[in-house]
Amino acid sequence: MSKYEALTGDQAVATAMRQINPDVVAAYPITPQTETVEFFAEYVANGEVTTDFICVESEHSAMSACLGASAAGARVMTATSANGLALMWEVVYIAASLRCPIVMSLVNRALSGPINIHCDHSDVMGMRDSGWIILFSENGQEAYDNIIQAVRIAEHPDVLLPVAVCQDGFITSHAMERVEVYDDADVRAFVGTYRPKWSILDVDNPKTYGPLDFYDYYYEHKRQQVEAMEHAQRVILEVADEFNRKFGRNYGLFETYRLEDADVAVVVTNSTAGTAKVVVDNLRAQGLKVGLLKPRVFRPFPAKELTDALRHLKAVAVMDRSIAFGSMNNAGPLFLELTAALAIHGVHIPIADYVFGLGGRDIKPSEIESVYRDMLRVAETGRVERLVTYLSVRE
Amino acid sequence: MAQLKGWREIPIGGVIVEAGNAVEYKTGGWRAFRPVFGQAQCIHCFQCWLFCPDSSIMVDTENEKMVGFDLEHCKGCGICASVCPVNAKVIRLCIRMIEEGKAE
Repeated sequence: MSKYEALTGDQAVATAMRQINPDVVAAYPITPQTETVEFFAEYVANGEVTTDFICVESEHSAMSACLGASAAGARVMTATSANGLALMWEVVYIAASLRCPIVMSLVNRALSGPINIHCDHSDVMGMRDSGWIILFSENGQEAYDNIIQAVRIAEHPDVLLPVAVCQDGFITSHAMERVEVYDDADVRAFVGTYRPKWSILDVDNPKTYGPLDFYDYYYEHKRQQVEAMEHAQRVILEVADEFNRKFGRNYGLFETYRLEDADVAVVVTNSTAGTAKVVVDNLRAQGLKVGLLKPRVFRPFPAKELTDALRHLKAVAVMDRSIAFGSMNNAGPLFLELTAALAIHGVHIPIADYVFGLGGRDIKPSEIESVYRDMLRVAETGRVERLVTYLSVRE
Repeated sequence: MAQLKGWREIPIGGVIVEAGNAVEYKTGGWRAFRPVFGQAQCIHCFQCWLFCPDSSIMVDTENEKMVGFDLEHCKGCGICASVCPVNAKVIRLCIRMIEEGKAE
């Protein structure tokens, strides 16, 4: 039997980790992920899990320990944020390249500088081309559900890639909400036992991980990573389907909210999608045909599916919680990729980008409403006046 | 050189799944200088065999003799010539390093 508990987003992740009972967790505390590591350390100390918890001296060591443990055939998890992720950097790429199915809780925080501990997506957007699968979560419940599913996605024999599960720093990581916690035995049955392809501890069949890989084979190994990413989309949907049948929560590549008959829509990830739903309801009550699309899977990027979900609209606004500095019009990463997807699939809808919430700047319903009202005007005129807007920055 | 395999035919992640196959990787092509064995001067002390980082000193174990170099793997580092005690005494006759492409 599942039960409802009042949990913070970090605690929800720690609860999922307790239920999964991974073989190894190596993590270093960093705000706003710290609570997850604290709670999990408590579970280890109390004997509620049998996990080997490795206290490390830095995040570079944390990810290195995860890599080694994963190569040894262990089920491995970690958690980090922003600068911690940045310090892991070298090994983040290696984990994906060596096909280690590590699951990371990534609590999104602004990447310095100036130093800031609050939410934005500059940390995760830096790892978008690293070879990790990236999932977004609107709230604690989704973070909890995504962590459980991430284990199955990562370890699938057709995938074998690490997965990062994102949620918004402080906004959901430290907000206490109602979370449906499933029965321990059911979660354990769902994640099953990890059967690694190889283990460096198998001394009777010795293996070498991470040898030199030059111009003669490196490229072929990168091509294999592409194949794994292509399989990942199918596996993510299969795992979501099984999760839905077992736990009664439906996940896909993205969530749509009152989108089917909408004229204009906002595309936004994580917690802001929750705020936007309230705005959608308010505007719908005024007879305005507005909707929402909330991407869940950012890597692999579901270009075709997103295009199909948006093609009927008269105007689309993307809300980006980070800036791709120096990119086309200094837009946000989500906008850049979505506009490319629409163009490639022959869909030409007026589209604009709204950068918001950097460094934890609050995003108010009135501001999201202003974005919808901009888009309703664009839908009438068919013209985007300003491609990229830095929402609510002081002039 | 062996036929290179396609991406579907090789283990993922660059993992080497068989032990002891480094011998299949011929590193002799890296060499700029090659060792030349002066058999008449050799005292068969095996210092070169001990120090060679590429296991490229060929030895007749039955007769306990140094017999030459495995040039398919020797990278030409010259450590053998450097540690050779005969080289130190005589004027570099037991192991000579000759530039590749030049006559002995």
